[in-house]
Amino acid sequence: MTGSLFTLPRWLHPAAWWVWALGLAAAASRTTNPLLLSLIIAVAALVVSARKPDAPWGRSFIFFLRLGVAVIVIRVGVQLIFGAAFGTTVLLQLPGVTFPSWLAGVRLGGDITFESVLLAFYDGLRLATILICVGAANSLASPSRLLKSVPAALYEFGVSVVVAMTFTPQLVADVDRVRTARRLRGRPTKGVRAIAGAAMPVFEGALEKSVTLAAAMDSRGYGRRGEISAARRRMNSLLLLTGLVAACIGTYALIAAGSPAALGLPMLLVGVSVCITSITWSARTAVRTRYRPDPWALPENLVAGAGVLVALSFLGANWVAMPGLDTPSNPPTWPALPLLPLLGLLIATTPALTAPTLPRTIIGKLPRIEVPA
Amino acid sequence: MINFECVSITYPGATEPVLTEVNLQIPEGELVLVVGRTGSGKTTLLRAINGLVPHFTGGTLTGRILVDGRDTATNPPRELADLVGVVPQDPMSGFVADTVEEELAYGMECLGLAPDVMRRRVEETLDLLGLVDLRNRPLLSLSAGQRQRVAIGSVLTSHPKVLVLDEPTSALDPGAAEDVLAALQRLVHDLNVTVVMAEHRLERVVQYADRIVIVPGDGEPIISGTPSEMMGNSPIAPPVVELGRLAGWQPLPLTVRDARRAAGPLRELLTGHAAPLRIIKGARDATPLIVTDKLTVRYGAVVALKNVSTTITRGEIVALMGRNGAGKSTLLSTMVGLRLASAGVVRTNGKDPREIKGPELVHSVGLVPQDPGDLLEASTVAGECRSSDHDANVELGTTRALLALLAPEVMDGTHPRDLSEGQRLLLALAIVLAARPPLLLLDEPTRGLDYPTKARLVKVLRELAVTGHGIVLATHDVELAAEVATRVIVLAEGEVVADGPTHEVVLASPMFAPQVAKILAPEDWLTVSEVRAAMIEQVG
Repeated sequence: MTGSLFTLPRWLHPAAWWVWALGLAAAASRTTNPLLLSLIIAVAALVVSARKPDAPWGRSFIFFLRLGVAVIVIRVGVQLIFGAAFGTTVLLQLPGVTFPSWLAGVRLGGDITFESVLLAFYDGLRLATILICVGAANSLASPSRLLKSVPAALYEFGVSVVVAMTFTPQLVADVDRVRTARRLRGRPTKGVRAIAGAAMPVFEGALEKSVTLAAAMDSRGYGRRGEISAARRRMNSLLLLTGLVAACIGTYALIAAGSPAALGLPMLLVGVSVCITSITWSARTAVRTRYRPDPWALPENLVAGAGVLVALSFLGANWVAMPGLDTPSNPPTWPALPLLPLLGLLIATTPALTAPTLPRTIIGKLPRIEVPA
Repeated sequence: MINFECVSITYPGATEPVLTEVNLQIPEGELVLVVGRTGSGKTTLLRAINGLVPHFTGGTLTGRILVDGRDTATNPPRELADLVGVVPQDPMSGFVADTVEEELAYGMECLGLAPDVMRRRVEETLDLLGLVDLRNRPLLSLSAGQRQRVAIGSVLTSHPKVLVLDEPTSALDPGAAEDVLAALQRLVHDLNVTVVMAEHRLERVVQYADRIVIVPGDGEPIISGTPSEMMGNSPIAPPVVELGRLAGWQPLPLTVRDARRAAGPLRELLTGHAAPLRIIKGARDATPLIVTDKLTVRYGAVVALKNVSTTITRGEIVALMGRNGAGKSTLLSTMVGLRLASAGVVRTNGKDPREIKGPELVHSVGLVPQDPGDLLEASTVAGECRSSDHDANVELGTTRALLALLAPEVMDGTHPRDLSEGQRLLLALAIVLAARPPLLLLDEPTRGLDYPTKARLVKVLRELAVTGHGIVLATHDVELAAEVATRVIVLAEGEVVADGPTHEVVLASPMFAPQVAKILAPEDWLTVSEVRAAMIEQVG
């Protein structure tokens, strides 16, 4: 296949990637079937390998894969040590500790059964899959491009989030530098004391960098207010804050049983509408403009649509209680492959083709990555 | 364009003002060079132009600063963003976006320019600074010179009338520095931008300046004038000016070209005199301190060093030169065992430096890293010295005594972060030297150093070589290499492309030749002091 069927090479709107990835994640949350979960991971990996940019954030998928493995290992490990055993297939007999009756639910050691390990594995795999879906969005969509689509009123909040995100790799580089320095001074580079000794310079460095960045942003016009008065600005923030608090109370009242009915939905609605008013208000007075905003066109609809459809297929299967979404672990049975979710997953692979290819300069040339000394 | 009217600035907690009663008028379209010792208040002067001082840093400002008629007292930096563009010392620290094109547009987005205007200006700026090929590249993947150009471009898109730069070339190799300066020159000539720039490396910039402002520090009044006036009696001057003064050329040349045209008689005078051979007397013997054989280092797909075979002996001062990213830092860090060789060997005293651990390492090889502050972690100078004695397993007070020799003015109670760039370097040097490592490695030691500190460093390095140390310094500073090195190794793309005595290597390359060599070619003289010695001999 040469190029894309739908557009010239360009960046896909980051929100489309997020909708697609969250759709996959929502699908994953509805099943414990290891076959379906593995297929979801495979779909995410396929699309990432087809449309991942060669940029620093593009490499985060591997990190999320590793994180997923760690999650499974931890979940199974916790089950081995603390989990209540059930089922009949005993894999291993460990000496157990018997707690007094008032600690009845807690267990340490004891028999390990295949069924309980399997259940823990399914559970861990589900969480890992959700994380990997988020990782896919992370590596496909640049965080700062996503920021561009944030409403103007929330822009400043968004900038702080992005700056915080870029500091993470910076922090890793700093830790590396400090460890280097410790070796140069003939000190141990491993162990608790080394970490404690390195923490201070790393944090000092991070703080110093953020102050420099703040100065640079200030001198480039960040936070210019144009004609808007200070009183109006304060009024706006107050409005936004009130709205958010009201929305939170409303949501809580809706979920928590036993709270007065008047507090639930009406409160939520009032909160949301106050927020929207405040955002549109400040959007009208904000001086900021956007440089080459990403368009939302057919490819975006197709990618986001694929995400919505895969989520719907799993939710639908769940709704009609289609067999195969949950794989029973007691007694262990071979997982089935239900048709509807499979169809949904097939649709979820389409972004590998329907998303536009990336601009040539990024994928054509391998950028020279400066290696920290 | 810029008017300082009786300006004094005092930082919070300080008893003395940093700048006292500054009166300065900078007309439109001038390129102004601000020089002065580290800590003299240069950066404060620059940052006052867009109101970062005192709006961002705190402190009190008396008097008035007007930029294009706008008072900085009532306009915070963000409101002056359309008028003054500021490029910070480390461009990477000021980047907000993640690709070149977005970074160029960021300032305009803040100003609220129309999308079509933004698009046009980005394209123009990409062309103006030669960044077209880099437009979609992530900023993290750029070289130091490219980053500097992007940083300049990112403030230019807002069409500021004033551009302020803090040491724009200090981290750059000679080639990249020339690119950046050429771009600035073009702005001044074609767009009538007023440029105010601080720079220590006078030899690189003095020929471009229309006016020089000297900030002497210590409450002395600042002086400003045309470059030839100011260079006539300035205590700090680039080699071309020093040579001109020595030879008594009138008018004093500021460029190599002018000096060359005046240098005919001097060249004749010096014919038949050979420049002295650079050998550190007494200490030199052939004991190898470190040997590398076919050394190859790679980072993933990037080959940082390729088949590097070299030997460093006692009493040698080796300058390691080459572009940004040529592998200089990698070679130094491999020599202290921070990097794993993919192929080939490194041996110091018959051992692989990676195998040497803890105090034993500091007793055999010492490295002063590019940012000497990395080595420092205590909260006082005295504490730093004590922990250094402890690390190196030497008698208490060794480091402090060394520091007193290197930088007598440094006080015990000072926080290392409050030291000047140069003092921090000397403190790091004292820490490394406390263990008396026979092999001393320095990565970019003169970045951000003023001339007096540089002169002190040169003296220290020579003395160390005489006492039998072997020294390797990675540097972009051709004048430093010409001054102090006995041997030069040039790296390109990880390979050794030249290795030999300073005279041979440096004279053969237009990029690495010092100013004196360019002026007096084909005679092989490298420094003003060599010429001075020969002239004294001639007369006497």
